[in-house]
Amino acid sequence: MKVAQTMTDGRAEMSSSSGGTMLDLVGVQKTYAGKRSFEAIRDVTLSVRAGEFVCIVGPSGAGKTTLLRSIAGLQSISGGEVRLEGSRVDGPPEGMAVVFQEYARSLFPWMTVRQNIALPLKQKGLSRHDIDANVAEALEAVGLSEDHDSYPWQLSGGMQQRVAIARAVAYEPKVLLMDEPFAAVDAQTRADLEDLVLALWKRLGVTVIFVTHDIDESVYLGQRVIVLSNSPTEPLEDLAVDLPSERDQLTTRMLPRFAELRAHVYGQIQASKAGARPGDVQP
Amino acid sequence: MSIIRRGIFLVALPLVLVVLWWLATRQDTSFYWPSPHRVWDAFVQTWTPAEIRQDVLPSVVRFVLGFLLATVLGIGLGVAIGCYRGLREAIEPVLEFLRAVPPPVMIPVIILFAGIGDGMKVLVIFFGCLWPVLLNTVEGVRAIDPVLRDSARSYGFGPYCRLRRLILPAASPRILAGARQSMSLGIILMVISEMFAASNGIGFTIIQFQQTFAIPEMWGGIILLGLVGLVSAVLFHLAQTHILRWYHGFLRSQRKA
Repeated sequence: MKVAQTMTDGRAEMSSSSGGTMLDLVGVQKTYAGKRSFEAIRDVTLSVRAGEFVCIVGPSGAGKTTLLRSIAGLQSISGGEVRLEGSRVDGPPEGMAVVFQEYARSLFPWMTVRQNIALPLKQKGLSRHDIDANVAEALEAVGLSEDHDSYPWQLSGGMQQRVAIARAVAYEPKVLLMDEPFAAVDAQTRADLEDLVLALWKRLGVTVIFVTHDIDESVYLGQRVIVLSNSPTEPLEDLAVDLPSERDQLTTRMLPRFAELRAHVYGQIQASKAGARPGDVQP
Repeated sequence: MSIIRRGIFLVALPLVLVVLWWLATRQDTSFYWPSPHRVWDAFVQTWTPAEIRQDVLPSVVRFVLGFLLATVLGIGLGVAIGCYRGLREAIEPVLEFLRAVPPPVMIPVIILFAGIGDGMKVLVIFFGCLWPVLLNTVEGVRAIDPVLRDSARSYGFGPYCRLRRLILPAASPRILAGARQSMSLGIILMVISEMFAASNGIGFTIIQFQQTFAIPEMWGGIILLGLVGLVSAVLFHLAQTHILRWYHGFLRSQRKA
């Protein structure tokens, strides 16, 4: 069911409701039925406050994408509940936007950059004037004002992912879900895009759930890092990142505390790979 | 410059073929292989504007009707079958069976139901053209990228928007490939349908010429058929280039990645 959008300006609403609970996962479970049924998510309970930046890390195969798709309402869950501002999510809600890892496959290749960003807004029922304004603003925010008439595939990988981010931002979601969004771009582009996402998050006050397998990235971006266990997934640790809120690719990454956090998360991921479960005695 | 080159390439082979034809028939002795200029004379005399109205136009109209009907129905059914797995599993065996039936053998059956008029001929063309469009549409719809589907879902595309902005464009390369096959089949069936109980049409006229041993006129008719095929191929190509203007660049970028 769609969550009703009560205010026309979602951004104002987001910043004003900062601090309240935005997203609640209560005992979320996912088992794929079939001949060989597979328990992907055992029990995930966590809650995200409005305006928070939460990174979810886990070893590959830890069910990160499954968890994100469950939150996004893109797949049904076998047990528990996902709630967006108190309303149960049982289909993609209007208050969420997803940025997928496969930028080249998530943008519609038969539409220009502009059309790609505008179509979801049209579906949302925005007026033509608002659509134009949102598209222009989003393109400007990701630094692609010049390229609105190109097709996505005419752009580089990093730029395509910028388009995907612009599309998500223009949609004015309350929660922005990002599924390993930078795993397929080169390292320099990646650093740029990380800073872009941080800047957008600060400017819009949107709640971000950022799934990644990159430990450095999770510590650099997040206010909180949630480490997942191996599948069947459970949260192994919910770690507050006590770094200065102003992040910088050079200075933040050189902080001793960054190295400590990074090492700690690394250790947790290794433990997770080795089969650690929540409640095990921490090394 | 490149336009001139393309023009030369375009006419070079036909020119060579006609010259070869002319050289081979210079003696002009064979009754069955008349020289180009005899065929040309017959062509000009046969296909007068009145004759075109009387015999070419009905054929072309029947072909276009049958082809369009098959395309519309093929895409509609194909999208439905491609979207619903249950429907696909129920219908696919029957489809494969029907597709294996050569349309010409259906003609007597169709005559039973539709008589011997234009309706019968349109139905024959339709029946032949349907399968390539239908089966290609099903495949095209099934092959839509799941990430693209997820994008459409997460941004709340309604059913109409999904059809118009996701399913049809995503399947369009396959649909057009199917329609191209259908078109060639349609022209063949246009001729064949006129071999049964017809009183006008290009196919009918050619067979009349054959039966009266008007060989140059018959060859002229065959050349006309080729021209009809050529014109429809060019028109199709133009439409395809327009509809798939995104596709080739997209493929190139995919290959690079």
